Amino acid sequence: MAVTTGQQTADLREPPSWRRSKNRIATVLMITAFVLVIIPLGFVLYTVIAKGISIISWQFLTASIPPNVLPASIGGMGPAVVGTLEITALATVLAVPLGVLGAVYLNEYGGNKLLAKIIGFMSDVMTGVPSIVMGLFIFSIWVLHFGYSGLAGALALGCLMLPIVIRSTYEMLRLVPDPLREASYALGASKARVTVTVVLPTALGGIVSGALLAIARAAGETAPLLFTILTVTTVNRNVFSGANTSLPSQIFANASSPYVGAQARGWGAALTLIAIAFILMVIARLVTARFSRHLR
Amino acid sequence: MSAVTKADPAGPAGSARPLSERRPLGDISFQALALAAGLLVLVILVLIAISTSQQASSWFSTEGVKIFSSTWNPSANQFGALPFIYGTAVTAIIALVIAVPVSVAIALLLTEVVPYRWSRPIVYVIDLLAVIPSVVWGLWGILVFAPWIQHIYASVSSGVNGIPVLDSLFGGPTSGASFFTAGIILAFMITPIVTSLSREVIATVPAIDKEGAYALGATRWEMIRGAVWPHSQAGVVGAVLLGLGRAMGETIAVALVIGSSATITSHLLAPGYNMPAVIANEFGEASGLFRAALIGMGVLLFAFTIIINVIARAVVERSGRRKRGA
Amino acid sequence: MEEPEQYAVANRQMTEQAVSQEAQSQPQVPSEPGTSVFDTRNVSIYYGGFRAVTDVSLSIHEHEITAFIGPSGCGKTTVLRTLNRMNDLVVGARVEGDVHYRGASLYAKDVSPIAVRRRIGMVFQKPNPFPKSIYDNVAYGPRINGERNKGRLNEIVERSLRQAALWDEVKDRLNKSALGLSGGQQQRLCIARTLAVEPDVVLMDEPCSALDPIATGAIEDLMQEIKSTYTIVIVTHNMQQATRVSDRTAFFSVLINEKSDTRTGVLVEYDRTAKIFQDPNDSRTRAYVTGRMG
Repeated sequence: MAVTTGQQTADLREPPSWRRSKNRIATVLMITAFVLVIIPLGFVLYTVIAKGISIISWQFLTASIPPNVLPASIGGMGPAVVGTLEITALATVLAVPLGVLGAVYLNEYGGNKLLAKIIGFMSDVMTGVPSIVMGLFIFSIWVLHFGYSGLAGALALGCLMLPIVIRSTYEMLRLVPDPLREASYALGASKARVTVTVVLPTALGGIVSGALLAIARAAGETAPLLFTILTVTTVNRNVFSGANTSLPSQIFANASSPYVGAQARGWGAALTLIAIAFILMVIARLVTARFSRHLR
Repeated sequence: MSAVTKADPAGPAGSARPLSERRPLGDISFQALALAAGLLVLVILVLIAISTSQQASSWFSTEGVKIFSSTWNPSANQFGALPFIYGTAVTAIIALVIAVPVSVAIALLLTEVVPYRWSRPIVYVIDLLAVIPSVVWGLWGILVFAPWIQHIYASVSSGVNGIPVLDSLFGGPTSGASFFTAGIILAFMITPIVTSLSREVIATVPAIDKEGAYALGATRWEMIRGAVWPHSQAGVVGAVLLGLGRAMGETIAVALVIGSSATITSHLLAPGYNMPAVIANEFGEASGLFRAALIGMGVLLFAFTIIINVIARAVVERSGRRKRGA
Repeated sequence: MEEPEQYAVANRQMTEQAVSQEAQSQPQVPSEPGTSVFDTRNVSIYYGGFRAVTDVSLSIHEHEITAFIGPSGCGKTTVLRTLNRMNDLVVGARVEGDVHYRGASLYAKDVSPIAVRRRIGMVFQKPNPFPKSIYDNVAYGPRINGERNKGRLNEIVERSLRQAALWDEVKDRLNKSALGLSGGQQQRLCIARTLAVEPDVVLMDEPCSALDPIATGAIEDLMQEIKSTYTIVIVTHNMQQATRVSDRTAFFSVLINEKSDTRTGVLVEYDRTAKIFQDPNDSRTRAYVTGRMG
């Protein structure tokens, strides 16, 4: 509708249709992209749940692993569950404290020093190192001397987790406002005390949630375990010596098996793994929401 | 710590407990511990390089330049890595070609189109995609996806029969487990990281520039092309490089769906192999020179991904990525 | 209208050379009976190569409230933070000259800043309670000094909160988060936290500037009450507050260095508060205090 203002006529119509259609096409393409991503995600989750749910049971989670040829109703993934829990736990104990300390160095002590910048940069670069390389590394430096064990697997997973924990903890420490540190200094605290009694407790929620996400990632990794735990099917409660197994290792082994029973057990293990990762993710979000309110 | 055991009373005028105290031992050791933890990163990286190269040294020295030959025949003691390097490149490129437009589109969707309230669920979906373990992608890939897409491949292959370029790419023998399938699965897997990093980069575009475009009467798409894109180009390149690094190193899913055939062929729908996949699949039985060759490819993989990641991070930092947080 | 003009002109005429001349003709504060807690002599403070404050010489006396006043950027907070070595936390900060605390040099090589800060406490402009409970905030200082006994900690917490005139308001919710308190309450909590370690001196950096008049009044009353136990130095840009609470006042001003286009803080006059506000010696002081008070 044209509006007349004295001499000129302001043209308030919509822009020409070809510009509008371009805009619309672009928007449609963007939405399509998102849909393109939802489809496989939904497909995978649906398949895992559909195929896995029928086999999941308490027996499945605790029974021993039968030979591949046996049908799905027999046995379960017990040793793999135990293996995943103990190896991941050990990796967490190794990687999380070191990762938090590393982030403390970067944010509280490193400042603008060149060394800190290099460490921060290389830590990020390290997150891009393929997990299989971590496995080969621990194989070369540990397994060849000390043999296969859950510990070796935990070392490899720990190397994977370390830079992730450093980065997420660092971001949390940066959010702690400086006036809190100042108040602590003014009361006569040393830098270590300031960090341990004020900074870390304040950032704790975020640190924990970041660590949970790193744990979820580690629990699902297969490649670092390939050359470090020597996948077996018997349960090994001693994580420090002897070959071991884990859920992802078993899934990998079963995926290439032609036997339906083994494949079914693979789906069950996959569902278990996804459930673990999902639960950790949800807890991480809850922790963030609950404990980081005061950082806003 | 110091010898003070209770609050120090002010005391009468002139009471001067000496102000000099040695720096508490706990303070010094904490700092040392933190520094050691930080240095651990560098130490591990160096150790990786050294220990794996050492294990692979027999392959490097025996084969010399021939490590890049195209003949891979373990039983004949021939360990040329070219088929796997080729496969790594091909699958990574396929993955990028699919994932980059999709990821950037989603990143734009989240930053420019969708109101904040709706962006949270979308981000959740992307995070969910990231949380699916590689081995589950592989399981689904080989047991469900590959058999299904095999039929599509077969039709495509017969359809392009005779057409010049398309035939060499998409013709010939097809298999559910192939370069292309691996590429597709890789695309799914690298989308979250490319999306999230692109999002960060695009979010640093100053609002003033965007408003300037709108004030000139631009449609949203025109604003994106004119104001957002020039600013975030470099950063998105960095995000793409990170995706590339990820695609090159992804092992388990690829190992299951790539077809395990060490051939150099232009037929993307045919089975193939790549570096991480062969290491994963063959390591168990390998020994001696064979094993050295596999570890050697691990060394190459390490070197490639480090270089790509260094370049990627440098590019992203240079493009002025605004740091998250306060 | 004329006085501020004079003041502005006088300032603009200060050049770098005049800075050192001025420094030599600093008014000497007559030493009076009453122990001096701080003695500063020719103190200049640098951030990197930039001189932020030049040549400050004054003495802070025991059990008095001393106010630092002056326009923005005159360095009063910088000087305050020098007294408990908080400037150490700023990269590149450097102090020249002598700062003595009860006869001992504060910046000697073997002096521990931690020991310094346990005896010289500080309250900040914006309340900064820890995201912990009220109790844990106040108990923080004693705890890091080694106090573990629950009974004694309870005593200390109650005593400090009473001194800060906050006890009655919070005694039933000591375990609740400190962040749930109002701004004025949070600031009194920060004061209680500082008093809990029983320092010798309490430094206050514009403690009321983020608070409403009622909360401000509460804190000013508090200062008068604790004066007999502590020595207080307060930075304030509110001159009425200075006249209300302080015994002595130091007026700082800004020198504009035309050559480098920077500003350096300088101590103009330091005397009993009554003298500063009613009959100051220096024309710049007169211009400042009368200009605002109308």
